[in-house]
Formats: sequence, C-alpha cells, structure tokens
Amino acid sequence: MAKLIAPGLWRQVPSPFCGIGVDDLTVRVGDDGAVTVEERGDPVTRAGFEQPLGDKTPRIDGRPVSLEAAVGRAAELLRAASLPLVAGLAADVNGVRAALSLADRLGAVVDAADSEALLRNLLVLQDSGWMTCTLAEVKNRADLIVMVGGGLERGFPRFFERHVWVDGMFVRADERRVIHLGQAPSAAGRPSPGKAPEVLACDDAHLPQVLAVLRALVKGEAVAAEAVGGIPVARLAELAESLKAARYGVLVWAAASWNWPHAELAVQTLCELIKEVNRTTRCSGLPLGGKNGSQTAVQVCGWQSGYPLRIRFSRGIPEYDPYLNATERLLGEGEVDALVWLAAFDGGQTPPPAEIPTIVVGRCGMTFSRPPAVFIPVGCPGIDHPGHAYRTDNVVALRLYQLRSVGLPSGAEVIRAIERRL
Amino acid sequence: MLIKLKGGTVYDPAHGIDGQVRDLYVQDGRIVEPPPGARVDREYDLSGKIVMAGAIDMHTHIGGGKVNIARVMLPEDHRADPQYHTELLRSGCGHAAPSTWTTGYRYAEMGFTTAFEPAVLPINARQAHMEMGDIPILDKGGYAMLGSDDFLLRMLRDGADQKAVNDYVAWTLHATQCIGIKVVNPGGISAFKFNQRALDLDERHEYYGVTPRQVLKTLATAVHELGVPHPLHVHGCNLGVPGNVETTLKTISGIEGLPIHLTHIQFHSYGTEGDFKFSSGAARIAEAVNANPNVTVDVGQILFGQTVTASGDTMKQHANASHAHPKKWVCMDIECDAGCGVVPFKYRDQNFVNALQWAIGLEIFLLVDDPWRVFLTTDHPNGAPFTSYPHLIRLLMDRTFRNEQLSRLHPEAQKMTTLASIEREYSLYEIAIMTRAGAARLVGLQDRGHLGPGAAADITVYTPDDDVERMFAKPAYVFKDGELVVKDGEIVHVTWGTTHTVKPDYDSAIEKPLADYFDRYLTMKLDNFIIRDEEIAEDGRGSITVHPCGGRG
Ligand SMILES: [Zn+2]
Ligand SMILES: [Zn+2]
Repeated sequence: MAKLIAPGLWRQVPSPFCGIGVDDLTVRVGDDGAVTVEERGDPVTRAGFEQPLGDKTPRIDGRPVSLEAAVGRAAELLRAASLPLVAGLAADVNGVRAALSLADRLGAVVDAADSEALLRNLLVLQDSGWMTCTLAEVKNRADLIVMVGGGLERGFPRFFERHVWVDGMFVRADERRVIHLGQAPSAAGRPSPGKAPEVLACDDAHLPQVLAVLRALVKGEAVAAEAVGGIPVARLAELAESLKAARYGVLVWAAASWNWPHAELAVQTLCELIKEVNRTTRCSGLPLGGKNGSQTAVQVCGWQSGYPLRIRFSRGIPEYDPYLNATERLLGEGEVDALVWLAAFDGGQTPPPAEIPTIVVGRCGMTFSRPPAVFIPVGCPGIDHPGHAYRTDNVVALRLYQLRSVGLPSGAEVIRAIERRL
Repeated sequence: MLIKLKGGTVYDPAHGIDGQVRDLYVQDGRIVEPPPGARVDREYDLSGKIVMAGAIDMHTHIGGGKVNIARVMLPEDHRADPQYHTELLRSGCGHAAPSTWTTGYRYAEMGFTTAFEPAVLPINARQAHMEMGDIPILDKGGYAMLGSDDFLLRMLRDGADQKAVNDYVAWTLHATQCIGIKVVNPGGISAFKFNQRALDLDERHEYYGVTPRQVLKTLATAVHELGVPHPLHVHGCNLGVPGNVETTLKTISGIEGLPIHLTHIQFHSYGTEGDFKFSSGAARIAEAVNANPNVTVDVGQILFGQTVTASGDTMKQHANASHAHPKKWVCMDIECDAGCGVVPFKYRDQNFVNALQWAIGLEIFLLVDDPWRVFLTTDHPNGAPFTSYPHLIRLLMDRTFRNEQLSRLHPEAQKMTTLASIEREYSLYEIAIMTRAGAARLVGLQDRGHLGPGAAADITVYTPDDDVERMFAKPAYVFKDGELVVKDGEIVHVTWGTTHTVKPDYDSAIEKPLADYFDRYLTMKLDNFIIRDEEIAEDGRGSITVHPCGGRG
C-alpha cells in the first residue's frame, strides 16, 4: 500500500505510467493538488504524475456545464448513433469494465489507443505463440540480455537500474552480458561502469532480415550471405552461439518502436528463434510495453469477451477483427457515427480528429484544438482514485491508490452514469 | 420472504437423504426449518422433480493469467460458440476458454453454484480475483500455488523449520485471498527454469538440491498443521508421462498418512505395457486410493474434441508443445513464483492414446469405491470444457451408453481397458455426493453442498429424464442464495456470489524475511503484493467469506 508518511507525502507509490510497474516512488501532493515525484522519478513517471490538474468543469461544445448535463448530453448523442465507437480504453480495470459494458449495451465497436503496437505482439500470440518471462525472472536469472531494436532505454528509463544492473538470486550484475541488436544504447541504457556496450548495429529496416538470419543460425542452417543489414554473419553466428551457451537468455523488444508494416512478422521470427534456443537451454522473450496501463484493456477485453481489442458488438455478440475494427479505418471510412474516447492516464492522449460527435472521458487537464461535443474531465487512476492496472509482462496487476481528493469522478463512474442515462 | 419448495424428491447425502420426498423452506437466502405458522410467500410445486444442493466444481480453470492467455490466443475457438447479449445477459464466448460472463451463465444453467480456480499463482492472484469478480452468479475461490516459488525452495534448502514454512503458507493464504494450497509438479516449474526437463519424485532440483517428495511432505504438513480444511491439492510429478503410475503410487505411500488431494489423477495413471508402451494404471491407482483414506482424487476426465490445456506445469507443457492443435502455444516463466503453459489440443477418439485416456478416467471413477473421495472434473478445460459434465455424468450412470461409446473408439484402446466389464453405474445419490456434499466437505464449506437448515439456499431442481445427460444439462430451477436464477435451463436473474477464503493464524514475524526478500529480489513491495479485502468487495458486488480453520500445529 502506498504509505502516507507525512501530510501530503506518500511512499511506495506504484506507477501505472511506466509499463514496468515501479512501486517505490515518493510522491508529494501539494495543498493545491499539484503532484511531484520526489524520489526515484524518471522522465516517464514524472510526466505521468506531474500533469497539471487543470479545469475540472465538464463541457458541452466547449461551454462549461454540470456533470449531470454533460452525462445527459453524452447519452443523448449515443442514443442517436447507429454505430458508435468506444475507443482509447486507456483506463484502469474498472474503467475498461465500464467501457465494455457500455459498448455491449450500445452494440458499439471497441478499440484501444495503442492497438497498433499491441497487435504486433498479439498477432504472434494468436498465430504461433511464444515463450516469455516476467521482470523478476530477468532480474534474477538472465545471464545474457539481448536488447532488440530501439526505443528501450528512452521508453523504459528504469528498466536497467531495476532489472539488469542489480544482483539477482542466480546471477550477479557483473556476470550479465548485454548485447544491443539494432541500435546502440542511448545514455540511459549505458552499461554499468567498466563495461562498454556490445552493439550489433543495423537500421530498423533491416531488423526483420537480421532476425531471420539469426533464427537460421540458431537452427544450425547454413547461411550463404557474408553480412546482413551491415552486420557480419559471423557476428550473428557468435550471438547464436552465445544464446545457446547462456543459462538463461532474454530477448527484449518494444513493439511500439517497430514502426514498419507487418512488424509482427519480425516479432514472430524473434519468438520462433527463442523457442528454438529452448531445445537445449533456457531462453525467454520480454515484450516491453504497457505504458499508461495499455495492457489493461487487452486483459479486461480478453476475460470479458474472449478477444483482446478491436471488437464489434453490433450483432449482439463480440466479433474480433484486428483490421476492420481499427479506429483509424472506421473513422476514415465513415462507418461509425459517434465516438467515445476514454483516456484517463494521460491528458496528452487526445482523441483522433473526427467529424462525428465525440465524447471525451479524459484525464482532467486535457486540452483540445477543437472542443469535442462533450468533455468530462476525470481523475487519474493511482492519483485520484484507487484501481488496478497491468504492467508490461501481463501477469502483474498493480493495485493503485488514491493520493489526493480533488473531487474528480473516475472514468468508470462517468461511463456507468452515461450508460444509466441511455 | 419465505419460499416453500414442495414435495420434491430430495438427494442430500450430507444428511443421508437418498431420494425422499421432502419440503424445503428458504428464507433470507438460507434453508430454514419450517417456521411455525409463518405465511409462505412463494411456493414451488416440485412433485416429481429431483432436488439437490447446487453443484460445486472443486477444480476448474476459470480465472487468472493462463486462462486469459488461452482466451486471447483462441479467437477461432470462440467464433463457433458466441453468447448473445440480451436485456439480462452480457455477450461473450463459450466453449474451451469461455469469457467470464459466459462462464457464470453456463455453470449456473447446469445447476452449478460454486467453482474453484485451482491454480492461483500468488503474484497473479489479483488477476484471478478480478476475473472471478466478473463471473456472475457463482461463488468462487482459489487455491494458491506454492512449491516452485523460490522463497519456499530457499527455505527448504536452508533447512527452515516446519513452523516457519507454516507461517509462510498461512501468510500466502491471507495475502492471496485463497482457500487452499496447490502444488504443481513440485519444484519442477522452478527446475525447468534451470533447464531440467524432468523431475521425478526423488530426483533433486539441480540448484536447490530439494526433491519433490520433500516439497510435498512439507506443504502437506503445513496445510494439515494450520488446520486448513482442504488438504494439499497436488498436481503430481510426470504429468502425462507413460509409466507415471509408479510415481503416483509412490506419492501416495510417501505422504505417510497426511491428507492429500491428487488432482486430475487420470493424467497420472499411465503404465507402459502393450504394443504402444502406453497402458492403464487405473486399477492400481484405484486400489491405492481405496486403501488410503487420507487420499482424495478428482479425475480430470478427457472427452473428445477441441480444447485447450492450461497448466502451471511449464516443464510438461513445453515437452508436449509439439502436439499443439492448432499449432501455437505459450510457455511463461513467472516472477520467481511459478510459470504457465498453454497448449491447445484436440482429443481424438481414433487416436489410441486419447481413446485409452478416456477409458482410464472412467475406470478410475468406477473403481474407486467411495464417492466421498473421488470428484467429478474434466480439469476444465484441460480434459474437456466444463459444459461436458452432463455427458460425463451419463457415462457414469448409464452402462449401456458407456459401452456403446467405448465400442466406437480406437480398437486397440478397447483391448487395453477393462471398462466394458465394469458393471457399476453411479446412482443419483452418488452423483450428489461427488458434486455436492463431498466437494463441499473437501474444500471446507460448511454451509454449502447440503440442504439442511442453515445451509445457503443454493438449490438445483431437475426434471427426471431417462437420458440423464439431458436432465443434468437443463435443470428446471436453480436457486442461488435463495434467489431463482435459472428456470428451464435458462438464466432468469443474475446475482453475484461470494469469494470463499480461509485465514489461518500465523506468526507475523515471517513478514520480516519476506519483506527483505521482496525488496532484494522481486519487483514489487511486499505491501503492494498483499490483496486486501476491499479489492474484492469495494465494487459492491463481491464479498469475502472466511471459513474456519482448526489449527493442529
Ligand atoms: Zn494441474
Ligand atoms: Zn487443473
């Protein structure tokens, strides 16, 4: 439990923002409600906790109204819609629960803000599966860590401090070997003093081929090429041997940074490579992601509907289509005629531009270039109300705590209120 | 409100009532003595109907990380069995990995009112409870998994005394809000992380030097000394391995009289005889169970068709991954706690091994004499989805039907089973024992599984039918805590059940080494790990029911 150790000062505060579920933050809440991470903050957690509170007044077309009026207007717009889209889904477990209940009732389509990145992994899970591990296994067991592709150090600033440059139960920090495949580490990911980073550099564009060759080498297949993506095949062969020689290798990637078409195929190559290594020794994947609680939507959609995201309820049953039910496509082709956008963690996560009535249930402080039809500011889970959110490895749900009381409703409360008014 | 259930034929084994016509009275969710002179507000004429307590599934994978991996992984399985949204019901999916809503509806529609998730990884307990919190109607509970967690293995390696282990086990039950302790492939999930691919009962974990026998003995003792009603729930070594009957027999003898529950024992009852080096060990297992009153079992019956296997046993799931159908599978090493493996699978009646597995399960059901010590499970979804229970009950109750089914299987498998010669047919009374009275007693629910005054009014009413499969599939009425939730096999009202737990006494000094361990090795503060009551109860739907423990320490 987050512990109040002095007026306004909390210790052991868990973060739903960083994806790796740090829960050792010291956070101060000022008399004006302003939140500051005082100890162990990093750019990601500070950006999450320290967003200015902003104006708590709900708005219809930019005009201040009562909460009741805003909820009523939202319900009215949704009643009039023939196929609404409930999207964003960036919320705690209760927020996603409420959104699914609303969508089921409306016969709406459901999608999450981070679906593109999430699907790069989910499509692999649904096609061939994988072998993965969780953060404590990395910390205690990994003697070889391969950071694949970019976006890792900047996106997950405390990953190294908490799980790599620290002694584990079965491996000391100085025994770990860390290899960067793809991009050289940025400052945050520099190895602990005394070790130069090992880098096999290539462009993102070449990563799929590099991984394919690495997979072939792990399988013991002959590779005719001398180099791939600028990396000598001999060095990849060494990496293949290192994976086989390690007691427990971990390959880490952040799918959100793999911004090229069909990046899921590269994820699949990586995951099949890991399975291959496990014929003789142990090896796991660690997909890094889950910022702003984004795994939460996948989990709750999974248990309530059977499908992870991009679900259409319009025929009275949940129907999953990872392409047809994409927010961008639905808006672009004019298939939906109202949008509910739920984003409780990040005031910067504004809805996509749409020419249809838009109802935003967003973190208080969110600002818009063009005011939506309805904006209801809500509290942030883990600051304004208790809740649950998942971290990147899916297994661990964090209990989030209320740190301040500024009179904001939760996203779940607002969405349930809208559903009651339908 | 006083409800009278009039003139039904009652099967209530907890009170020795075997098919007698009785009236039952229900008030405020409980079964009561007929209050003298009180006005009956609602009467149901149950003449000609069969009345039992609500059924209890004591081992079914309904909530938690691996179940959710199975769901997300299998869109093609859901598509064939959608659940429609109605005024009353939420939409969802059924079959092998049903959504939470559908899980609750379909169990209730079959007359089940309580179900236990048997594989709650402590670090994932929060998720298990959140998923179960979205399962309507049913009461639920979980068994926390220990035995491959590094904290316990370190204790065993360092020769910690039993008392300290007991404190850790009790602390785990509190922190995870569970009602029992389960061990899966004792030490083996951890051993797999060290690249051991097998771990027999007396084989040493290569890092800790601990054997599965030690893990079993220590945990069974802890559970017993803490007075936890449910004995240690054991998924043994060598799951699915031909010849594992020897391991299972040694497990029974090695526990030296301590209470243990051997789960999905069908998967642990294989010999190596015959041309295919795969044979039934059911007779020997049943003989051992019959001779050892400290042992209870559930069967884990397989039935033919597509399903998905979801287990904490990463070692064995990885070994079997090449049999995945469709061809995809997941193995996870989890947080110095345990692991999970999810492998979709299709059991085929023309496959020799699958056909014999089917027969082995039924042999065990029929050869274990005491219905109080054998429980009806398919290890949902590992052997088959729970929705196949009515079919399974018919196989047990109807010998003609059973032998007819047997005659369709792989011919070599038919030759390797004694099933055709077994005459036993389960009676309704025996079915009521294994699915109600016995299950409640096994888990430690004093007010469930029976129809005596004071019991929760979880009541199922069936319309007799020559085809018992039809009868058990569609009860005439189901009452949950006194409210009518199912009529003619369909949900008419949605309620929310409680979460059953135990909270045995322990010395909180154990939290000191635990907090140090969490700080040093895990990725979460001890205090953030503990699941507090309000997490389950704060939504206004959930609640926690704590059952008493009689400490024996
Ligand atoms: Zn099991
Ligand atoms: Zn099981």
